[in-house]
Amino acid sequence: MAVAQARAKRQITKTERDEWIAGWLFISPVVLGLLIWTLLPTVASLILSFTDYRVLRPPVWLGFDNYVAMFTRQQDFRIALRVTFTFVAIQLPIGLMVALGGAMLLNTGVKGMTVFRTFFYLPSVVPAVATALVWGWILNLNYGLVNQFVNALGFPRINFFGNPKTALPTLAVMTWFSVGQTMIIYLAGLLNIPPSLYEAAEIDGAGRFRKFLNITLPMLSPTLFYTVVMGLILSFQYFTQAFILTAGGPMKATYFYNLMIYNEAFSNLKMGYAAALAWFLLLMILAMTLTVFRSSAAWVYYESEARS
Amino acid sequence: MQATDVTSAAQPIAAPRQTLRNQEIRTRWLIGRGLIYAALVAMSIVYFLPMWWMVITSVKTLKETFSFPPTFFPRTFSMEGYAHAWEYMDWPQHFLNTMTIVVGTLVGILLTSTLCAYGFARLRFPGRNTVFVIMLASMMLPSQVTIIPTYILFRELRWLDSFKPLIVPAWFGGGAFNIFLIRQFFTSVPIDLEDAARIDGSSRLGIWWRIMLPLSKPALTAVTVFVIQGQWNDFFGPLIYLNSKSKLTLALALNTFQTIAGSAAANVAYQDISLYTALMAAATVVTMPMVILFISAQRYFVQGIQMTGIKG
Repeated sequence: MAVAQARAKRQITKTERDEWIAGWLFISPVVLGLLIWTLLPTVASLILSFTDYRVLRPPVWLGFDNYVAMFTRQQDFRIALRVTFTFVAIQLPIGLMVALGGAMLLNTGVKGMTVFRTFFYLPSVVPAVATALVWGWILNLNYGLVNQFVNALGFPRINFFGNPKTALPTLAVMTWFSVGQTMIIYLAGLLNIPPSLYEAAEIDGAGRFRKFLNITLPMLSPTLFYTVVMGLILSFQYFTQAFILTAGGPMKATYFYNLMIYNEAFSNLKMGYAAALAWFLLLMILAMTLTVFRSSAAWVYYESEARS
Repeated sequence: MQATDVTSAAQPIAAPRQTLRNQEIRTRWLIGRGLIYAALVAMSIVYFLPMWWMVITSVKTLKETFSFPPTFFPRTFSMEGYAHAWEYMDWPQHFLNTMTIVVGTLVGILLTSTLCAYGFARLRFPGRNTVFVIMLASMMLPSQVTIIPTYILFRELRWLDSFKPLIVPAWFGGGAFNIFLIRQFFTSVPIDLEDAARIDGSSRLGIWWRIMLPLSKPALTAVTVFVIQGQWNDFFGPLIYLNSKSKLTLALALNTFQTIAGSAAANVAYQDISLYTALMAAATVVTMPMVILFISAQRYFVQGIQMTGIKG
């Protein structure tokens, strides 16, 4: 055994060892970065989540109290969960459908495709703060573009951000404008589908809907899968628009989970409790991502699988 | 000979029905095309309208801004909104702050992400794939989890209210997304070029600098435009790390201007309604560089998104 090991060791040549060292040196920035900016803070925030830490005084160990407090004493927690889940449920599926619809329109071989693509992508390059201000202006109660028309048609003005019933859906609808990236990912996915598949289906007499259902969706499913996972992760981190336009109001109707973390950490300086909230968010995202991964066997189609 | 006979014999009978069917197919095709164009144009208008409304409001006079029916093409051009916005904030200073962060992060990201990408793409060493997978998995970690300890660290270092917390982390590989994008590109560079340079006595660093970097301009441009856009638009990072007015970035300054102008909530009319045109003027100024960047580098945006989106 020892002899075999020694022989294996001898077989590692000098050039090989050089390459090992060079390799680790080359990737050392990201190794250090992962340690300093990801791994250590993640562990530190887990430890903090079991403490009461208000920055100015050293942390006090609480055990699971922060987590218990979330579910029993903190009403905001339940509100934020409901707001965030409702938002994701409205925003994500329709947002992905809008992106797919746009991509399919662009993939019809029309002239001027790049011009249309530019228009579809433009809202995604506008800084989030500017987007928020523009929507605040367009949907303004008294002078906004939309309400001027609503009023002229004889309907009562809509208090988009001031009414607890409309504030959350309004923010969700706004996000459907910033789906440019997803749209381009879908467009690339659509372009990758071999035309021969469609031709074969046409010979078999398949209509447009059948082609979409039996070719487009299965061939696009790995891309769909990727966008669903990333979309879930990102939409749970929604922050800027709500921070600027509603600040969580009215009556906490838009009190997003991320706003709550920000408030607890940087306004109330309850860093320990905020860390617990962040860790619970991580666990929720992990659970949902795993569910999507588990379910993927049923609906994601990989070409290589079919071939083998 | 026989074959031509058959077709010429069959044609006179089939032809009328054929043209009729062709015509029907053609009409249906035309209607289909028309509907597609109509949908494309409609969607373009809807997606362009918010930005158009922002620009148009910024060059209107106050009187026209509040008139009904609203004008989509201003009757009178006015720069009073811009003049107004200019008085409230030190925009050149905020532009300088943003550019400091953009340049500081960009240099760090381009240097370190290409080094890492070269290691992942071309060198074979134990642990490489493990680190790569951990790196990709780290993209799924919500930033809220790390932000609190990181904030405390910067506070201990006395780096708060400086640009360091926003720039320094970019020098550690420049983010999994960028490394991944560049690595994908590096693997497509022919290995023969590298072998030739190796024979000529080039070191690995020399190959990285003289062969890989010049050949990867499309990927590096894609990363550059993503970094510029990301840093220019970033709100959360500057929000928690920067306090004093002289340190604000453009995005933060825009938000501060907006709070000065009145209530953030759009249900409350701004106290000084004259600031509506000024607000849209400031938003236009902050937005336009990104629009120009996107339109002039659209190809790289699209390629970059595709490179990471499909294979991811």
